[in-house]
Amino acid sequence: MTSPHIRQPASVQRVMLTVLLALAPGIAAYVWQIGAGILVNLAIATAAALAAEALVLKLRARPVALTVTDGSAVVTAWLMVLAFPSIVPWWLTVLGALFAIVAAKHLYGGIGQNPFNPAMAAYCAMIVAYPALMSQWPAAGQGDFAAQLQLILGGSREVDAVTGATALDTLRTGLRNHADVNTILATGAFGFVGGRGWEWIAAGYLAGGLFLIATRSIDWRLPLGFIAGMGGTACLFWLAAPERFASPLFHLASGGAMLASFFIVTDPVTAASTPRGKLIFAAGAGIIAWFVRVFGAYPEGIAFAVLLMNICVPLIDHKTQPAAFGQRTRP
Amino acid sequence: MIARLFSFRGGIRPDSHKKESSGAPIRPVPLPARLVVPLIQSSRGGARPIVTVGDKVLKGQCIGEAEGKTGTAIHAPTSGTVSEIGRYPMAHPSGLESPAIVITPDGEERWIAHEPLDLATASRDELILRIQASGIVGMGGATFPSHIKIGKDSTIETLVINGAECEPWITCDDRLMRERAADVVRGAMILRRLNGARRVLVGIEDNKPEAIAAMSAAARARMDTEDADGGARIDIVTVPTRYPAGGERQLVRVLTGIEIPANRIAGDFGVQCFNAGTAHAVCRALVHGEAMVARIVTVTGDVERPGNYEVPLGFPVADLLALCGVRPGVDRVLMGGPMMGFTLPKLDAPITKGSNCIIAASPGLFPPAPPEQPCIRCGRCARACPAGIQPFDLYWFSRSRNFDKAGEYHIFDCIECGCCAYVCPAHIPLVDYFRFAKSEIRARDEERRAASQARARFEFHTFRLEREKAEKAARLAAKAAETRASLSAAAKADAAEQNVAPPPPKPPT
Ligand code: SF4
Ligand code: SF4
Repeated sequence: MTSPHIRQPASVQRVMLTVLLALAPGIAAYVWQIGAGILVNLAIATAAALAAEALVLKLRARPVALTVTDGSAVVTAWLMVLAFPSIVPWWLTVLGALFAIVAAKHLYGGIGQNPFNPAMAAYCAMIVAYPALMSQWPAAGQGDFAAQLQLILGGSREVDAVTGATALDTLRTGLRNHADVNTILATGAFGFVGGRGWEWIAAGYLAGGLFLIATRSIDWRLPLGFIAGMGGTACLFWLAAPERFASPLFHLASGGAMLASFFIVTDPVTAASTPRGKLIFAAGAGIIAWFVRVFGAYPEGIAFAVLLMNICVPLIDHKTQPAAFGQRTRP
Repeated sequence: MIARLFSFRGGIRPDSHKKESSGAPIRPVPLPARLVVPLIQSSRGGARPIVTVGDKVLKGQCIGEAEGKTGTAIHAPTSGTVSEIGRYPMAHPSGLESPAIVITPDGEERWIAHEPLDLATASRDELILRIQASGIVGMGGATFPSHIKIGKDSTIETLVINGAECEPWITCDDRLMRERAADVVRGAMILRRLNGARRVLVGIEDNKPEAIAAMSAAARARMDTEDADGGARIDIVTVPTRYPAGGERQLVRVLTGIEIPANRIAGDFGVQCFNAGTAHAVCRALVHGEAMVARIVTVTGDVERPGNYEVPLGFPVADLLALCGVRPGVDRVLMGGPMMGFTLPKLDAPITKGSNCIIAASPGLFPPAPPEQPCIRCGRCARACPAGIQPFDLYWFSRSRNFDKAGEYHIFDCIECGCCAYVCPAHIPLVDYFRFAKSEIRARDEERRAASQARARFEFHTFRLEREKAEKAARLAAKAAETRASLSAAAKADAAEQNVAPPPPKPPT
């Protein structure tokens, strides 16, 4: 046996479990504000992702037990569900999980080798394939579990009763009708900084994210980069034309911004790996996401932004190699 | 005092496990049945035997003369008889053999007459020669010959004495500094005189308060009582405990702020670094006239009597372990620390000048590595790497045998400290991959060099043939011209004889 002969008690499982734990406050806020329907989809996605992972590993003749239990498929499944509307039908969840695990992860060689964030790849695939289902968001403050369950498991889609426009949707529609940002935000759909109810979920993600930073589970540069990228861009436009552009705070508290900052762009496999590269990668994702939100065809642009930046990772990494010890020394 | 410390990037804080062996004073060991003293005990060159089988030798008597400029001498670790000279397996990861002199002790421990130098009058060259003749090499484990390092003509500003001892489990320098601080300080001051440094900094990790106290007292005493050192200062500096703070480059960085790149030596930046044990050995050799015949070895791990022992060189590891009482369950023995040491393939290997620690390892204390999983690019390895490189990139390049890339991404800056593998959640034996890649690159470069030498030889051969041909042609041409000239001269003479005007020169056509 060769050196080192001692190792820190660390494992991939522990890394993944920490992420799942950090998601708990956000999920709790989700259940509290929106309803327990999300738990059903979380369970479905977990089962589908694990089954897909086991099957593919077996087909690829890889060690099944070791990798299925590493927890990475569960993390992917949860992130995907949290990015989806929580009332999508069960088969859409299954389809998304299959896409994430089989196409986005294993076609590229499995854990550690996939260039695209699997949860975001699934989101993009599903919103392109099922744009209507992927845009029906549950309304905040109703918490009607039976109705949500009916939507998820049943065939019927009597949606109007339980859905509501998201903050980003409302803003978008309002602006199309040439309303002033302040007038739009004064409507009942909005809370303190973002969508009513939804802002609590964002706060939950923020809390989990700070926990991840405190435990050194994620690199602070990634969330900082994303928040600075999206917030900074929003700030510039907002200062220039506050009646046409929402404030940076609104953007950061709405949609998937907090989830993306602390859980999506921080996926180590698909993010840039050098210290400076991480800042560039995450900031780029934040900037692009803002542009898609404001000028693009979809109300939420984070998934596209992340995939676009994923493509740039090899270049970013190559251009931002850190100086090795003593490389900066001048003799 | 030192105004401020610097920090180095990366590093880890593993459990220190120093308590197990640091409590008891350094103990002597009874002589074994035989001592196998290797002739090669330094990283550069060895010694030529000057005794033959049957010779009686005294403790400290030179039995192997330094070979060439870089070799270091070898001495009898005790009095007795030379019983064999042959090749024996050494303490080496793959059990390499080395020529060695076997001595059967007579049990009397009779020293050869000590011949200390008069430090006041001895010249620098004399002192350096004596260091070589006393067999002194770096005792931190690298075993680089001290006379080469100190004999360099670089301008040295700062002498760093490495008492950090950052590897877990090892405590031999700790005990040495606690118990023999005066000699360590004295040796450091001699080294300072030899390299002309203006200041001496002794770096000790803050988990060794007793050593820091003892060394500080010795340093004060030295500076108070004598002015033999020309008023030079020696400062004992407490450095934060963080592996690998005792790596030479890391310690120099912490104490002076200078980052020495991988392809340069400390001397280029006006710094020289010696281990505390080396300073002690220098003092013993020059002040007391004792050659290097023993060293302090930490024996620890799963043994009944862990501690530090003063062990004659050539002492078989197996005998040392037997003295300390190996507990049941021990399945392998490490030489060196757990971060950079290696598993001994054979226990009859002898203790040598670089053997600082023996660890009896059981699965309880040193659990086998869990199965390797795929890299998740979590970046923990890069955060821990003191060389400032990205181990996971190097891992991919090494694995895919993309050695050019590995070189481009600074694989040779890797000091094999093991921090990356220590933290990796996927349990990848990263250092193994890097050792593999480095040896492949070295082998390939060697091959290329051989090939280019062959090509150069071939090209030179062709060149020589062509040159010879050209020279021959030139000679022939010269000869022809000469003949022509002499012919025409003869013709002229003929013409003159016949009084006929020479024909007008032909106009150029
Ligand atoms: S610590 Fe291990 S798993 Fe993490 S990036 Fe480094 S090599 Fe990969
Ligand atoms: S072994 Fe090499 S790559 Fe790993 S941490 Fe140490 S210097 Fe860095």
